[in-house]
Amino acid sequence: MSEPIHRALGLTDEEAESIASLLDREPNHLELAMYSVMWSEHCSYKSSRIHLKRLPTEAPWVLVGPGENAGVVDVGDGIAAAIRIESHNHPSAIEPYQGAATGVGGILRDIFTMGARPIAIMDPLRFGPLDDARSRWVAEGVVSGISGYGNSVGVPTVGGETVFDKTYQGNPLVNVLCLGTLPTDRLVLGVASGVGNLAVLLGSRTGREGIGGVSVLASAGFSDDETDSAKRPSVQVGDPYEEKRLIEACLTLLDEKLVVGIQDLGGAGLTCAASETASRGGVGMDFDVSAVPRREEGMEPFEVMTSESQERMLAIVEPGDLDRVIELCERWEVLATVVGRVTEGGDLRIVDGFDGEELACVPASTLHEDAPLYDRPRAEPDDRAAALAASPSALPAPDDIGADLAAMLLDTHWVWSQYDHQLFLNTVSGPGGDATVLRLKHPTTGADTGRGLALSTDGNHRWCAVDPRAGTAATVAESILNLACVGARPLALVNCLNFGNPEHPEVMWQLSEAIDGMAEACEAFGLPVVGGNVSLYNESLGSNIDPTPIVGVLGLVDELKVVPPGLAWSEGDRLVLLGDPAASELAGSQWAFDKGHRTGSLAPVDYEAHRAVVDLVRKLVSGGLLSAVHDVSGGGLGACVAEMAIASSIGCTVARVAGHAELFSEAPSRVVAAVSADLLGPVEAAATAAGVPLTRIGLASGEKFAVKGLIEMPLGELVDASVNRLPEALGRGTTQG
Amino acid sequence: MTYSVLVEVQLRPGIADPQGATIERALPALGFDGVNGVRVGKSMRFTVDAADEAAARAQVDELCARFLTNPVIEDANVTIEAP
Amino acid sequence: MTATVGVVQFPGTNCEHDVVEAVGAVGGSATLLWHGDGSIGDVDAVVVPGGFAHGDYLRPGAIARFSPIMAAVADFAERGGPVVGICNGFQVLTEAGLLPGALQKNAGLKFICDESQLRVASNDSVLTGGTEVGDLLSVPINHFEGNFTCDAETEQRLVDNDQIVLTYVNNPNGSVADIAGICNEGRNVVGLMPHPERAVSALLGSEDGLVLLGSMIDAAAGARV
Repeated sequence: MSEPIHRALGLTDEEAESIASLLDREPNHLELAMYSVMWSEHCSYKSSRIHLKRLPTEAPWVLVGPGENAGVVDVGDGIAAAIRIESHNHPSAIEPYQGAATGVGGILRDIFTMGARPIAIMDPLRFGPLDDARSRWVAEGVVSGISGYGNSVGVPTVGGETVFDKTYQGNPLVNVLCLGTLPTDRLVLGVASGVGNLAVLLGSRTGREGIGGVSVLASAGFSDDETDSAKRPSVQVGDPYEEKRLIEACLTLLDEKLVVGIQDLGGAGLTCAASETASRGGVGMDFDVSAVPRREEGMEPFEVMTSESQERMLAIVEPGDLDRVIELCERWEVLATVVGRVTEGGDLRIVDGFDGEELACVPASTLHEDAPLYDRPRAEPDDRAAALAASPSALPAPDDIGADLAAMLLDTHWVWSQYDHQLFLNTVSGPGGDATVLRLKHPTTGADTGRGLALSTDGNHRWCAVDPRAGTAATVAESILNLACVGARPLALVNCLNFGNPEHPEVMWQLSEAIDGMAEACEAFGLPVVGGNVSLYNESLGSNIDPTPIVGVLGLVDELKVVPPGLAWSEGDRLVLLGDPAASELAGSQWAFDKGHRTGSLAPVDYEAHRAVVDLVRKLVSGGLLSAVHDVSGGGLGACVAEMAIASSIGCTVARVAGHAELFSEAPSRVVAAVSADLLGPVEAAATAAGVPLTRIGLASGEKFAVKGLIEMPLGELVDASVNRLPEALGRGTTQG
Repeated sequence: MTYSVLVEVQLRPGIADPQGATIERALPALGFDGVNGVRVGKSMRFTVDAADEAAARAQVDELCARFLTNPVIEDANVTIEAP
Repeated sequence: MTATVGVVQFPGTNCEHDVVEAVGAVGGSATLLWHGDGSIGDVDAVVVPGGFAHGDYLRPGAIARFSPIMAAVADFAERGGPVVGICNGFQVLTEAGLLPGALQKNAGLKFICDESQLRVASNDSVLTGGTEVGDLLSVPINHFEGNFTCDAETEQRLVDNDQIVLTYVNNPNGSVADIAGICNEGRNVVGLMPHPERAVSALLGSEDGLVLLGSMIDAAAGARV
């Protein structure tokens, strides 16, 4: 007994019926394959679209909002910034090196398809615990893959996050953000127009990689090892050298204004690129599948049309420019082949030779615009009221607070020192700090604007597990505060929403709540959402991951004259806490989770108070009044101060911390600043004027790490715990890459 | 005549091979005892058209010396199979 | 008096624009040289910059050395013209036989992008003429294959001829004799793994690359006269 073909392709019976009614006939197998990839969760966002509409997306400086390949904002001086974030979670779980590498490749194409030169990559990563051998293998492979591809393709990886937690065992998260810059007048869109224009396929030959990968890999959870093995052949392999030449070739074509529109080939491959360019342009396309250069013999049309082979682009070119396009591509050793013609009407016809047999004919727009839209059932957890009431403040105070603190610290130098984070001579504040700062230079003239772009990526699965709405709002708030710590004001946000199985009502509730929390915070801060990605089915052996919305926030430094203060303080600096000195809520904190306590009510974000802290910190940083600054987030005040001490190799004595709750609370809107004694007066005056509480909490000095009444230990112990953790777990050498 | 060629490139004796050493160090932990002398190299396969095997070998030897290996650190072992 | 520096661009090179910018910062002018061209034109010095020429496939520099431009660069070097290979460029110059030795994978088997402290071992080269022996310079490294390797005889020759120009204070990659950079016997061809072009501004963390690139410009201007 064999199941109907549409089900094997991942389409439901209702979806198959809907296709038949759109076409007014039964689809053939090629057409069915095209719909199956385009209507997959990964391409169609069918479970999340109705919720994403609630996010604010507009601001005067937004040039392109969600729905295009990347969001684009005007950053002044005739320069626009393009930004996008994507997940490559499932491919990375199966083949960590190639999964991560192709994740980098894919996001780069999204950026240069807008006409922008990619200038920076950020990688928010989540892995299972370090004591799990497979999680270590995944972590090592992912980092090697990002390093291997990103360094070689010549785009610096300037930051990100690395978190190890049991919730990601078996289902790592590999999110990749890319930022590019372009002259504002070069903005191009993935649009085909002009009947008679040609669709030219640029880049790699097409192989069988990722056949069915979109619907099979990205839209189904993992059940057991056997299935993993069966899925392995469809993993894509990246070629950073091909991508590098493709970037240079495409940017040259754009410089010479030789393309009408351009579109990258990602999920759903040629089917997606051809149908999206045609339907955005309100035109049709004849697509000659026989013309597509192939790497393997005997490929069927459906395999060619759905292949996810990497390093390919589709450019729409006027016939008179074709010779020049091919000449420039030859210079960069990039294959360029005419595969399509723009036609009247709205049909995407797949043909075997332009004058040959018609293999498929579907209205181009139906492949995405008519994709199903699901309002899947949502349900908050049955025990929610009880969970909110179960506060971790009931947990006993630890015997050894210093040991609890040391266990939370993780220096990620092992990760980011494998990434070229300096290329292009832009990196003023690189990885390892609160946010990255890049010099803003004109993308074609190289002229320095004297201003800077700042980037921060943030996510906190613990906060969101306790309360997806408040946790997501707090994540947005943290990201903005991170930008303030480097003197930047926020311009735009992109998100990557990593959640479990949307067929579970509780997961859909988490997703909906998180989107509401994000919308609420973005509205409060006047921050537009310019793009996003939703990754569902993040589960392993039937267990969903903790909800993990990741945000990437782009900011602007209006005057970039000196390096922002960073985390490292100087001997003799006075330490001050800006924000609520008595905050003690432990719900959602790393400390509480480490003790197995996953409930309670998060300390809410007071938007007005948060704005006051953010504005004050940005002002103090821009004014050069701080010698070090760090926001209080994961691990609370204790981790914040410890990370600063470790970064500077100078100890401290901290006072006025009442107990472990005050030390480990992750309540929002707080910053620790180090101030030289002579500047303490002006800093206090500024805080008073801003209405922000300032508390003198200690002194940076010596080789001891002391919190009066709670901790006294040699700083060296904390340094060792933090710095050695990754090299010891992941090895100082590798056999991969 | 078309000959099948296998070129195995290895680090020359005496040149440190950190990849081989790392693999060798990892083996006991994985339960493989008594495995020694691990050296990591690379192999390349291609075909060569030549009048006879000696001519094929001469051509491949030169290819190895000029391009496929860096003689400062690498050696090549060439296997030629008659059609 | 200034000089024009030709910066070689292979497919896969990625530091060429950084070198152009950095040469500008020390008062030189720079022009890109395409790998497929057989001439370097009218330049006073050549930089082979960092990156992944031809994807580093086969071995770093193994394919690039056969590019038409490299014959012209070799000819220029033969005539005494200043040639500096940075990172991947150093690898290309060793593969091309313009410098001795080879660059292997780092001893730690990891790509390393980090700060590094260098010590000037010889100021008799086109890249170090403006320094003093013993000077400490902070210049970043960014490589996977930076582990300088050569036989004992070659090492002795490098020492005897004062061809080791820069050494690491803390050897990051296993290089023989802590070598970060060497020159040829004519002292006009220098290869180094660290990136002086990344150390040209306090905003970027170090200005110690300026003296190196400035020395190259001075040597280029002097060679032209």
